[in-house]
Amino acid sequence: MSRSPVSDGVVEVADLRRSYRTRTGILKSEKKVVEAVRGVSFSIERGELFGLLGPNGAGKTTTIKMLITLLLPTAGTARVLGHDVVAAHREVRRHIGYVFGGDRGLYERLNALDNLRYFAELYAVPPREQKQRIGSLLELVGLTGREKERVEGFSRGMRQRLHIARGLLHDPEVLFLDEPTIGIDPVGARELRATIGALREQGKTILLTTHYMFEADELCDRIAVIRDGRIVAEGSPDVLKKRVTGGHVLEVETFGVPDSEVDAVRGLAGVRSVAVEDRGQAQLLLVQVEPGAEVTSGVLARLDGTRIGRVGSREPTLEDAYVELVSGQGPHG
Amino acid sequence: MSLLRMFAVTYWLHVKMLATSAFDGIFQVVWPLFFATTAFLVYRQSGNPHALVYAGLGSAMMGIWSVIATTASNLLQRERWFGTLELLVAAPTRFALVLVPITTAMASLGVYSMVATLLWARLLFGFSVPVVHPVLFGVAVVAAILSIALIGFLLSVVVVRYRTAWALGNLFEYPGWLICGFLVPLTLFPSWAGWIAYALPPTWGMRAIRSAASGGSPYVDIALCLALGLLYGLVGALLSESVLRSARRHATLSLT
Repeated sequence: MSRSPVSDGVVEVADLRRSYRTRTGILKSEKKVVEAVRGVSFSIERGELFGLLGPNGAGKTTTIKMLITLLLPTAGTARVLGHDVVAAHREVRRHIGYVFGGDRGLYERLNALDNLRYFAELYAVPPREQKQRIGSLLELVGLTGREKERVEGFSRGMRQRLHIARGLLHDPEVLFLDEPTIGIDPVGARELRATIGALREQGKTILLTTHYMFEADELCDRIAVIRDGRIVAEGSPDVLKKRVTGGHVLEVETFGVPDSEVDAVRGLAGVRSVAVEDRGQAQLLLVQVEPGAEVTSGVLARLDGTRIGRVGSREPTLEDAYVELVSGQGPHG
Repeated sequence: MSLLRMFAVTYWLHVKMLATSAFDGIFQVVWPLFFATTAFLVYRQSGNPHALVYAGLGSAMMGIWSVIATTASNLLQRERWFGTLELLVAAPTRFALVLVPITTAMASLGVYSMVATLLWARLLFGFSVPVVHPVLFGVAVVAAILSIALIGFLLSVVVVRYRTAWALGNLFEYPGWLICGFLVPLTLFPSWAGWIAYALPPTWGMRAIRSAASGGSPYVDIALCLALGLLYGLVGALLSESVLRSARRHATLSLT
């Protein structure tokens, strides 16, 4: 009934929308509707690692929470393994694993083994399989030998790896990873990415949300860039890179650059987009330049009232494509 | 069978969690003793030994009510704070079945409350609470604890939808002591208050415990206590699915 008769993708999302109602003020209470997801559509094939990439507040977590049945969509449809996330939520839950980033989501006073035993029961993992399964998952995430320790003493990286083990307890066909490397040190994040890569090798279908471009580039078969609740670009990392190939990036180090001067640079002919990165007391202007255009003198002239530091030019990277897409300034945005 | 196993394992792990917090542990140990001491000191002034027995049993029930009814509603808020509430909801097991072991783990503390109060009366105040029908007394205590646990379960369900509903437990704590006749006879209240009392399972649990201790027949009281408790549990179970749906619509499962 709720199972789609024809389902090509493991995850199929069509025009998914979600809004939140909030109130402001106490005496003069005002209702406000926030559109977090505004008509998102995509499809994920079996065994694919699909990345949902976007800045904070873009709608990544809201999208993932609708897919894992924790939020009801305001409009649109979503199916996981052919099951509708609204009408057949329990069926969806049986076949998916969910891992989110951050410190929370574990019982601090229990040890790692008990945390896994608890969720193994809730996911109806047969008792005979539990011991072996928990053992192999602890090995997969590198926590063998630490399973008898209370989680409250775990580092953030260890907690995150335990999260992944928890999400895999019932051997789900589809795995949803919501910013799993957030807040982890570079070494821990690299290990976690290796674990995610290993899961892809095992044939799991994975939806990964992240705001790290390099992470999506390293792991994902396909990426959808989400901005303000809408998908603004979709394709393989190579396809997205091609969006900014050609042209170059002019980097200008400034000290106390006002918005008016940044806007003036933005208005120059040959400038595709401008992003500003804070670097301590300095600001780095990243000016994306159209192929064949020469804008250096024009840019420096527009920054006349600002102290200038280092000026340089380089080839565009995938991160530049991402910045251009999420800042919504480029011709593609 | 697998359901029973799930219940047993999750119950045990929640008891383990309650037992591994030193602060919570001390709090739960001291709380019933505090109630008992206050009640004994007040009722001792009457010079009537029956009044002390009345106070002893009533203060034990106060401890049970406070531990379960108030803590059960806080417990789900704690799950929300831990970030585990979403994970419990996202599991394929029915949420009502996930909640029952949690509230039953809380109920286990109620047994301690009864035992500690009776021992406290003997050790510190030098009097024993006579129990004429020990088996029926035990059954009445278990029935009272179970029925209060089911009220706690109903409160927990509400907490899932409303983030600040944990305060309900605190709100009901003191009125519960009074209206269920733990320390003051119901006859002292206006008749309308009596109707509220009769709709609450602890009232019948208290009557059953007192009746079993004094040699009366507690059967009807036990039956009414259990029946009302089950009714509250049933309402909680029926509500849980619609409450969860509402929580998913209004995005109240997480803190943010």
